[in-house]
Amino acid sequence: MTPIAFHPEPPAQRAPERVVASVCCYCGTGCGVRVRARGEQVVAVEGDPDHPSSRGKLCSKGLALADTVRRDAARVRQALWRPARGEPLQPLPLDEALERAAERLAATIGAHGPDAVGFYLSGQLLTEDYAVFNKLARALVGTNNIDTNSRLCMSSAVSGYKQTLGADAPPACYEDLDVADAVLIAGSNMAYAHPVLFRRLEAAKAARPDMRIVVVDPRRTDTAALAELHLPIAAGTDVALFHAMLHVLVAENLVDRGYIARHTAGFEALEARVRAWTPQAAAQTCGVPAEDIVRAARWFGQSGATLSLYTMGLNQSASGTAKNAALIHLHLATGQIGRPGAGPFSLTGQPNAMGGREAGGMATLLPGHRDPADAAHRAEVATAWGVSALPAMPGMPALQMFDAMLEGRIKVLWIAGTNPAQSLPDQARVRRALARAEFVIVQEAYAGTETLAYADLVLPAATWPEKDGTVTNSERRISRVRAAVPPPGDAMPDWRLACAVARRLAARIAPAKAALFDYPDEAAVFAEHAGLTAGRDLDYSALDYAALAAGPVQWPWRGHGGTARLYADGRYPTPDGRARFVDVDYAPVAEDVTADYPLRLTTGRLRDHWHTMARTSLSATLVRHVEEPWVSLHPHDMRRMQLAEDQLARVRSRRGAVVLPARADEALQPGLAFLPMHWGSAFLAGDGVNALTLPARDPHSHQPELKHSAVSVAAAALPWQAAGWLRGDVAALRRALAPWLARFPYAVLLPAALGGGGLRLRLADQAAPPPAVLEELAAALGLARPDAAFDDPARGELRRAARAGPGDPRPAAFLLAGDVRAHAALLAWADGAPAAGGLARLLMGREAAVRARTVCACNGVSDAAIAAGIARGLGLDGLKAELGCGTGCGSCVPEIRGMLCRAPSCPETSAAMRPV
Amino acid sequence: MDRKPRLVVVGNGMAGVRTLEELLRLAPDLYDITVFGAEPHPNYNRILLSPVLTGEQRFQDIVLNDLDWYRSHGIDLRLNRPVARIDRVRRVVHAEDGSQAPYDRLLLATGSNPFVLPVPGRDLDGVIAFRDIGDVERMIAAAGRGGRAVVIGGGLLGLEAANGLAARGMQVSVVHLGDSLLERQLDAQAAGLLQRSLQARGLEFLMARETRELLDDGQGRVCGVRFADGSQVPAELVVMAAGIRPNTALAERSGLRVDRGVVVSDTMQTYDPAIYAVGECVSHRGTCYGLVAPLFEQARVAANHLARYGIARYEGSITSTKLKVTGIDVFSAGDYAGGEGTEAITLADPADGLYKRLVIRDGRLVGACLYGDTADGAWYFRLIREGVPIEALREHLMYGEGEARQAATQASAAEAAGHAAAAP
Repeated sequence: MTPIAFHPEPPAQRAPERVVASVCCYCGTGCGVRVRARGEQVVAVEGDPDHPSSRGKLCSKGLALADTVRRDAARVRQALWRPARGEPLQPLPLDEALERAAERLAATIGAHGPDAVGFYLSGQLLTEDYAVFNKLARALVGTNNIDTNSRLCMSSAVSGYKQTLGADAPPACYEDLDVADAVLIAGSNMAYAHPVLFRRLEAAKAARPDMRIVVVDPRRTDTAALAELHLPIAAGTDVALFHAMLHVLVAENLVDRGYIARHTAGFEALEARVRAWTPQAAAQTCGVPAEDIVRAARWFGQSGATLSLYTMGLNQSASGTAKNAALIHLHLATGQIGRPGAGPFSLTGQPNAMGGREAGGMATLLPGHRDPADAAHRAEVATAWGVSALPAMPGMPALQMFDAMLEGRIKVLWIAGTNPAQSLPDQARVRRALARAEFVIVQEAYAGTETLAYADLVLPAATWPEKDGTVTNSERRISRVRAAVPPPGDAMPDWRLACAVARRLAARIAPAKAALFDYPDEAAVFAEHAGLTAGRDLDYSALDYAALAAGPVQWPWRGHGGTARLYADGRYPTPDGRARFVDVDYAPVAEDVTADYPLRLTTGRLRDHWHTMARTSLSATLVRHVEEPWVSLHPHDMRRMQLAEDQLARVRSRRGAVVLPARADEALQPGLAFLPMHWGSAFLAGDGVNALTLPARDPHSHQPELKHSAVSVAAAALPWQAAGWLRGDVAALRRALAPWLARFPYAVLLPAALGGGGLRLRLADQAAPPPAVLEELAAALGLARPDAAFDDPARGELRRAARAGPGDPRPAAFLLAGDVRAHAALLAWADGAPAAGGLARLLMGREAAVRARTVCACNGVSDAAIAAGIARGLGLDGLKAELGCGTGCGSCVPEIRGMLCRAPSCPETSAAMRPV
Repeated sequence: MDRKPRLVVVGNGMAGVRTLEELLRLAPDLYDITVFGAEPHPNYNRILLSPVLTGEQRFQDIVLNDLDWYRSHGIDLRLNRPVARIDRVRRVVHAEDGSQAPYDRLLLATGSNPFVLPVPGRDLDGVIAFRDIGDVERMIAAAGRGGRAVVIGGGLLGLEAANGLAARGMQVSVVHLGDSLLERQLDAQAAGLLQRSLQARGLEFLMARETRELLDDGQGRVCGVRFADGSQVPAELVVMAAGIRPNTALAERSGLRVDRGVVVSDTMQTYDPAIYAVGECVSHRGTCYGLVAPLFEQARVAANHLARYGIARYEGSITSTKLKVTGIDVFSAGDYAGGEGTEAITLADPADGLYKRLVIRDGRLVGACLYGDTADGAWYFRLIREGVPIEALREHLMYGEGEARQAATQASAAEAAGHAAAAP
């Protein structure tokens, strides 16, 4: 059989081990890590006990970071270019690539003006990267068309904060999780998305059981399992709920009239508006009992300190700004802000969305939280940068840039650190736009992202932990990110690539400006950036790398101390110092359900994956928790659609469709469907999950309504199925097998931990493909000459398995085409179970096998083991002691608690199930 | 005229005697029967010569009809009496020793001769065939002296001979003209498995070699084999197992039509209606059979006509083969190779020594080739012979008869339940 390229073992390194303190590159919690590295290899990543935000804790994703540090073909290690659309990318010397980028930008600016250029960046870039890109776009190119994927993430939180509190600044800090008396979690599955903060909340709740926790989420998530009260509101009705809560607060005199009078403005109009939002009225709209709304409001108003935690459920909405404002209103009306344990606390999705905004790396921002529409702000920045002026023409936010590309107005798009061909809504339109653009530059670290397929030029980016710089987390804390290993190949930090192109571009269009991009190092970039915060709400102009060496600090920072909480004095960064109540109205979702599209689709995160999986798909530990994408439906809807568990279904919206297995999930309400957001066309036939989602956007934040679209779900008649697995390096195998995704109506490539790591493949079609195609498929899996085979090609049947080779009996690959009954048995075999009765017997598929699912990633404890423990009468502590589950990062504890809740002999009946 | 008609049988082997057994069952007293046998033994089971060679059985174990059987049926058995000619005009058989036997009906069952390659040295001492018990005895004697044996021919007989000699301690090489063993019984995959398995037992294979000469040690004894490519191997014993040829010399001398074998009709009659022929010596519809099952079918038809029933017809056989090498299970039947217009279902697990190939044409099983697990060989053979549509069985076919039957039961139960549910 064909030799299989297994993950190459790193050569034994003799170099001494060094430990580098840095910050995790996933969510906005910003946990401190210690990277242990030797030579060019990262040996391990551990939590940094000295980091004040996380105090040594990491979640499952952070703990698996070492798996994702790659120097091989999983990475973009050199510049690439595409001679013509439709042809494969080819290597190019980096210098030549930089010249080409500059040449193309200069030509476009010359012919069509600066606004024919757009920059689409990422909340994963470091502050220094943003600072340079921002200067490049505005000071050199002369356009405000610079935006980031924060537009999909935190944009509504920003506009919500700005409209009410006057500045884009989360006023609370993580310590507030420890000391809050009541916590309202809205539109956040923080058990999955911010696990370390959720651990902290769990600990606080355990220490102070009187803490009241309310979760507002259409789904009964693992986060909801910690709550006394779960409000499963109809998707998109948050404003109605918050208005009704304010109605109750007013009616029961739980508002702080003194605080409202002293520190706010605009309450009267809002008070008048919410008068109509009685709990009964909201109950109609939100689909939750009026008494639950009253209870939530009372807890909010009566508690000593009330904290709100919220994220994408509020933000990713066509009325995201209103939702944020409506929630912040509750804090302003009750004075629950500026005190320990109190405040509206937006949890940031990306590691440096905050820093990006500080650096002004968005169309609607300038450095130092300035406004590009404000001529004085533009002048300040121009002066600081040493240019005569900044462009006045408003820049386009993300989705508008893609619209402009489709209309031919933006001709060159420079994408860095983000994957719009997966993550933007309405993929068909996004892909048309990328195809229409004249020149697409993709600056990327990982090979195999969807957007690379649309790149004309690829610049090799360094990534974590190869970069130096700073990030700001959700609690306004600036930390140093430090390189632990050098980047592979020609890869360079993003800011250096931006500088390199900028200098070449300046030589062509404005030679005097080349000097704007002569930074010796990151510290110099930061120094310039920090200077621009002087006198602003976030002021950290006194901060430099030397000061940061002592440890992270929270802005505003004026030389010492830092600021744990904002607005303790009730003074807000508005012209009159008062916070604002905004008279926002409840608006229904942008796309309501109809007879043709009767289900509400919401998307969200999984615990062990992040964004488009460029990184997490490389970790064998992380791919175990949820091994494949499926659409979750309430059991009633499964029956209504006549769908059996795991039956393939076509999920269709007005914009596109995907085919996935359907599974019943009682945590959903009837009428609601759920899809994980992670799977794009690099893993799934079609245009990925966002083929379905809606580009409708909030008028203030321009954030799209990713959380709600109307869909239909129907059984997909694809009786011919195939399932395969191949051991080896996921990145290499994905590249080799990717073409198969385009050949079947249902196809998935699934990174798998089985047998030490590899790729799984599932296919389905209306009829069996011809025998030659089956043979081609088998050959693609290294099964042209298998160790065991059961073939009936005339019937579309091919079942094959192979071991690694002579003298190496480890499973190497299998394929089941046609009859996949042996799938579970073969997955177990691939994962080390003996082939009782021989491999051929296994292929015949008559052996019963049930596949266990990993719940605890750290200690590899399966659902079956936990269920057996629960059946023996073990509680959470007993399970931890006996099985070790939940004793690592703890990310799985909510799920274990959920399993305990559902057990008939429930030793720890959930708080949420208890009558209150 | 109360004289019984006389039946003379030339050939005391499995086909001839089987015909007599069938005849005696149908019409015990119809004929006066005379049997001429060239060998000095009563009818023995030639198929079991291999176990005798390996020592797993003795000669007396494989005798099918002992002398008492002939006596008790009043058969005039003339052993060691090769027949010289047939006087078809006078209907008299003349033996080489001059004795005679007149007949009313004659049954030819002269069997086959081993094919001895026409190469120099074929007559040397130590060059033997593998055809009868005499050959086996010579091989056993040679094996007792140890040394090297070369078996020419990688067919059923050759492999069984090689396995037997190896079992008796000789160092054995099998020379085969083709690339793949048992070409007439196995496809290349199964043959590969078989070869590996035999190699594991110590047999050496010299594939794709054409034998040019058997080498003389100078004293009239074989001492080696030389091939067309010039290479040679030493050998103290050479076994010719390059195939068999129908033994038609007597028929030809007697003026019967012969085309490779003695040409017979579907009633097993030669061109002389008084003379029947069965077994390896015949050619029926252009096919000569070398396996036991067709011979038995021919015997049944010939007996039917000799018994004057006159209703049976022989329309040819679908054959199946098993290799009689202990511990190696090989089975093939029908058109195992497949080809144009056929579909194949295969199951292979070489590491576990398992291979199965089922060939389907027009929704019917037409061939099977099994290696390693031949338990369902008989079932497949039945399906092939009966030619029943197997579409409903297809999914279960490879799992064997038990599984298929169980599935069929479940299906019909489900169907019955469905009907019941549909009933008003």
